[in-house]
Amino acid sequence: MTETTPLSHYVRSSRLDYQLRYELLGKALLRVQRWRDQRKLAGLRPREDSVLNPPLRCVAYMKEMMSRHYLEGRYANGVRKVAWVTSGAPAELLKALDFFLIYPENHAALCGVRRKAESLCEEAEHDGYSRDICSYGRTDIGAMLSGKTPAGRLPRPDLLLCCTNICQTVLYWYRVLAAHFGCPLILIDTPFLYHEAEAHQVAYVQRQLEEMVSVAEQVAGRSFSERSFMQVVDHSRRASELWLEVLNRSRHRPAPMTAFDGFIHMGPIVDMRGDPETTDYYERMLDELDERIRNGVGAIKEERYRVLWDNLPIWYKIGDFSKWLGGHGVNVVASTYTYAWGELSPMIDPSKPFESMARVYLHPILNRSTGHKLSSMQRMVDEFHLDGVILHSDRSCKPYSLGQIDQRDHLVQEMGIPALLLEADHNDPRAYAEEQSTQRLEAFIEMMEARA
Amino acid sequence: MSKPEVVAIGTDAGSTTCKLVAVGQGGEVLGSRLEATQPHIELQVGELLGQLRSELGVDGPVPCVATGYGRKLVKDATRSVTEITCHARGVFRDLGHGGTLVDIGGQDSKVIRLGNNGKPVDFMMNDKCAAGTGRFLEYTSARLGVPIDELGRRALSTDREEPITSTCTVFAESEIISLLARGVALEAILRGLHRALVGRIVAMVHNVGLTPPLMLSGGVAHNEAVRALIEEATGERVLLPREPQLMGAYGAALLGTEGKSAA
Repeated sequence: MTETTPLSHYVRSSRLDYQLRYELLGKALLRVQRWRDQRKLAGLRPREDSVLNPPLRCVAYMKEMMSRHYLEGRYANGVRKVAWVTSGAPAELLKALDFFLIYPENHAALCGVRRKAESLCEEAEHDGYSRDICSYGRTDIGAMLSGKTPAGRLPRPDLLLCCTNICQTVLYWYRVLAAHFGCPLILIDTPFLYHEAEAHQVAYVQRQLEEMVSVAEQVAGRSFSERSFMQVVDHSRRASELWLEVLNRSRHRPAPMTAFDGFIHMGPIVDMRGDPETTDYYERMLDELDERIRNGVGAIKEERYRVLWDNLPIWYKIGDFSKWLGGHGVNVVASTYTYAWGELSPMIDPSKPFESMARVYLHPILNRSTGHKLSSMQRMVDEFHLDGVILHSDRSCKPYSLGQIDQRDHLVQEMGIPALLLEADHNDPRAYAEEQSTQRLEAFIEMMEARA
Repeated sequence: MSKPEVVAIGTDAGSTTCKLVAVGQGGEVLGSRLEATQPHIELQVGELLGQLRSELGVDGPVPCVATGYGRKLVKDATRSVTEITCHARGVFRDLGHGGTLVDIGGQDSKVIRLGNNGKPVDFMMNDKCAAGTGRFLEYTSARLGVPIDELGRRALSTDREEPITSTCTVFAESEIISLLARGVALEAILRGLHRALVGRIVAMVHNVGLTPPLMLSGGVAHNEAVRALIEEATGERVLLPREPQLMGAYGAALLGTEGKSAA
């Protein structure tokens, strides 16, 4: 297994490199690229041979933001302190200390979309990691060991922040990272919630958040300011609210975006919540969605069936699914996954940053009971006027997939709508069977047709 | 008297057998074909289609609906529909009511819940493991040297049953070999094997929810031990359509007649 070794692919940059290659050249080149993308997108008209309408124009900005983020990461070591954090970690605290943040899960998803995950998983497997481990974990460990990444280069962490509100795998995964990089690991333990959080549970998490400050300060080499923290939390709140509004725009018929768009556009809310640019981005996106709604433009040309997606996306199939389903008149208009970064926004209170962060990070869908997820899905079926539900049974994500068989049965029996359990894996294409999946999806669509 | 006119043809290009059914205006079966699937499904279906057309005197174009795993390879198909919908349609037409339909095919098995209008309401498929499919019986038949159509009768010919602990077709083979080596009677092994297959099917039935009556289609429906053991496990009598193996193709043909006042 992995040993602590000097890793040649994690390099320290000089401040000059950072200023020249990122601040000066990199940002300028990405801006030029964005202008070019904008021009191209503005000129796109609906194509006869496509089942989808042209993509949202704002995607050019998102591409710029995400590329800028990973480009900065490339030159961050030696200039900014770097923390690697789980997707559901209280990142706002580290933002307030000016850490540069890397989200390994988002990085793994990027590898999945670019179809690099399988070979990276194999790198990890060759090092002894079981194929039964989450494919995000294997992808990132593979990238860490080999230095291969479609992002160019990831910065080495000075600090690790792991929160167990999404799964227990992250606990072991981050211990591997800590051993590998020899840096401090902060663990935030979030008790599983069967109902709303009790006061003592909030207090327990709040105390951990307060205690992590001194460790983070030490690594950051600067003092924590509650004022900056409150500001970051405020930006986070606004971004989450906007993200929720963005997702709720798909209640309109035809829906101006698909859940597949959501999977792509969630990059900033995952990686950059707390930054003012993220708020700007979702305001821009919301404007464009409203424009689509005013003009009656849907994401797909002919929306006959509206469907909910449960669980993580199948990253390597996003484009194929979007076109194939669109071709059958199916618009996947909502997903429990993208909703997870918006639905808690009402809990965020910048005036009580520690307490509200404790509350928020206790309540993600994955840290709550299967019954809670079922009622969320049932509510979404009503609110989004849905005709069916696809439950991706994700071999990698056990906490998300647990309970899906019963949830599916309840949806079918109590709501009278078709619901499909689709077996796959979010990042490892070896766990996906094309023919069997297509067969099930076709039968699912035929059942919706039969009901229509 | 002139021959009845063929209104539509259904093709079920399955993983193990290839079936074709031609129906008339009232949805009645006018002709059919059934043979083992060959590697070049496209050519095979083309040939069978030609035979059926000439036998029934079909000259002009007729809607042809394809189903089964090879449905996308049927180049003459006017439409392709999944086996779920086709089996549901065929069986509903033949038996006339909703309920729970079990289709055990060559390489997959399905449990389909039919509404009172015959439309599928819910389904579950097993295609990740051969132990719940006809392939399990074929494999056993070849391994034990018992013809496939005798398997069921031989399994029911004894009250003794040797439990097969393995639920995997491939690993079951090593278990069979060791049981035979221990001198266990062949019939008792066969009964145990049928029990293992039925156990998988019945688990799916309960998963979808058993709404009586219980109906069976697909080639494995011909196996009397499968039927008997399903009845024993569920406490429900199993109903069979007239030609269980042709139900997919029949349903496909009926769907082809839609818009032509049949089915």
